[in-house]
Amino acid sequence: MAVSHLQCKECKAEYPLEALYVCEQCFGPLEVVYDHSRTSRDLGELRRRIQGGPQNIWRYADFLPLAGGPPGPSGRLASRVGLPAGCTPLIRADRLAERLGLREVWVKNDAANPTHSFKDRVVSVAVTRARELGFETIACASTGNLANSVAAHGAALGMDSYVFIPADLEEQKVLATGIYGTNLVGVDGSYDDVNRLCTELCAEREWAFVNINLRPYYAEGSKTLAFEIAEQLGWELPDRCIVPIASGSLFTKIARGFEEWLELGLLEGDLPSMNGAQAEGCSPVASAYAAGHDVCRPVKPSTIAKSLAIGNPADGPYALDLARRTGGGVDAVSDDEIRAGIKLLAETTGVFTETAGGVTTAVLAKLAARGEIDPDERVVLVITGEGLKTLDAVRGSFETRTIAPTVEAFEAGVSRPVSV
Amino acid sequence: MSVVVKIPTQLRSASGGEAETVLDGATVQEVLDGLFERFEELRARISDDDGSLRRFVNVYLAGEDIRFLDGLQTPVKDGAELTILPAVAGG
Repeated sequence: MAVSHLQCKECKAEYPLEALYVCEQCFGPLEVVYDHSRTSRDLGELRRRIQGGPQNIWRYADFLPLAGGPPGPSGRLASRVGLPAGCTPLIRADRLAERLGLREVWVKNDAANPTHSFKDRVVSVAVTRARELGFETIACASTGNLANSVAAHGAALGMDSYVFIPADLEEQKVLATGIYGTNLVGVDGSYDDVNRLCTELCAEREWAFVNINLRPYYAEGSKTLAFEIAEQLGWELPDRCIVPIASGSLFTKIARGFEEWLELGLLEGDLPSMNGAQAEGCSPVASAYAAGHDVCRPVKPSTIAKSLAIGNPADGPYALDLARRTGGGVDAVSDDEIRAGIKLLAETTGVFTETAGGVTTAVLAKLAARGEIDPDERVVLVITGEGLKTLDAVRGSFETRTIAPTVEAFEAGVSRPVSV
Repeated sequence: MSVVVKIPTQLRSASGGEAETVLDGATVQEVLDGLFERFEELRARISDDDGSLRRFVNVYLAGEDIRFLDGLQTPVKDGAELTILPAVAGG
């Protein structure tokens, strides 16, 4: 495989491919480095190999940090191992585009993953790498979606799992974690408290915390969203991507995926403009962007978009840099705008997203209203999770008429269209 | 004021393997200065040239990020616990 070593993003110190995530010299984050000198430069062959691979993220194994390649038998059978993620639909959203005065909008619906969020991509990679490294127990600090995914992957692979969540998480996300038989721990505090606790625990336990000591591998999984978008667009780049920001890892790694394929020649053109989306109740990156700062000041989150409620975003500085150098930006929207975003996406595309997708859709609407998107642009909206997980956000947003089971009652009661 | 400073695994090669150490100081800054005096190598690892903390270093006083308090000037109480942790986790 092309994976080579770990490297500090700050001081460039090199480390072996182990369960390490912090540079001992400068405390910077470690990142996976690849050596593609032996990867085929026959682009036709490379594309055919990807297209002939399994219908999941393992079709991109050449670009993922596994020493032994994808799990299980080679080729298409690999798609049947564990809990395969990826190959989610990219939907052309003409009705949404029309509503916003745009020409070409696509919705990447990552709710169509095994546990209904993009987290299955990163967890698949982290857990497979954890097995390669000999770990028997997986763990995570989560705002909910990651909890679902780690618990489910533990069940699918027969590994013990420990999942740490803020105790006040949405009921749907708690239920959709515990059912897999994990050790579920509710922590009395915010996600940032959970994260701090897990960072301390990580030093005390021989566990693979997917988003702590396995984070360099975990984060690589997000690149597969970029690979899929490009492949689904016929090996072309979009002009702009709208992506939610919590820690900033997804946002930066989608761009990294495009960059890797540009470097190899699999894609041509410029990196898309990258627009980050946050909720006003937790917008450390958007605030730093607006203020012209290159680091984020942590905040105490208070928003209905709990899956984005990270007040102390690890990749904040890199997200800011990316937004600036690609001509994108980082915007924040209110809880009411988030609810309206969920509704707008549902009514125009048939995709029901969770609050994070409401944030992303609302930011798209905001950019369109401000005239910041050229009508000729090809825009991709990255929808990361499922509406059924955050039902409280839409409760009361419409009305159901109850009638007697007669034609007369229908004619009398529902002759007008049901509206909000 | 006597304060317990918890040192993360990634820095223990610079602290002679010590996981925690007890230091005196009236503010977070004074405690960290004491830490750097005791383990000189730690200074360059977690501070910038201008003496501020590097951007991927989080410091917590009794579990609270010092950026929500008064930063390095936050007063510390006797027996308090100061925890240094990497900021690159999570998400």
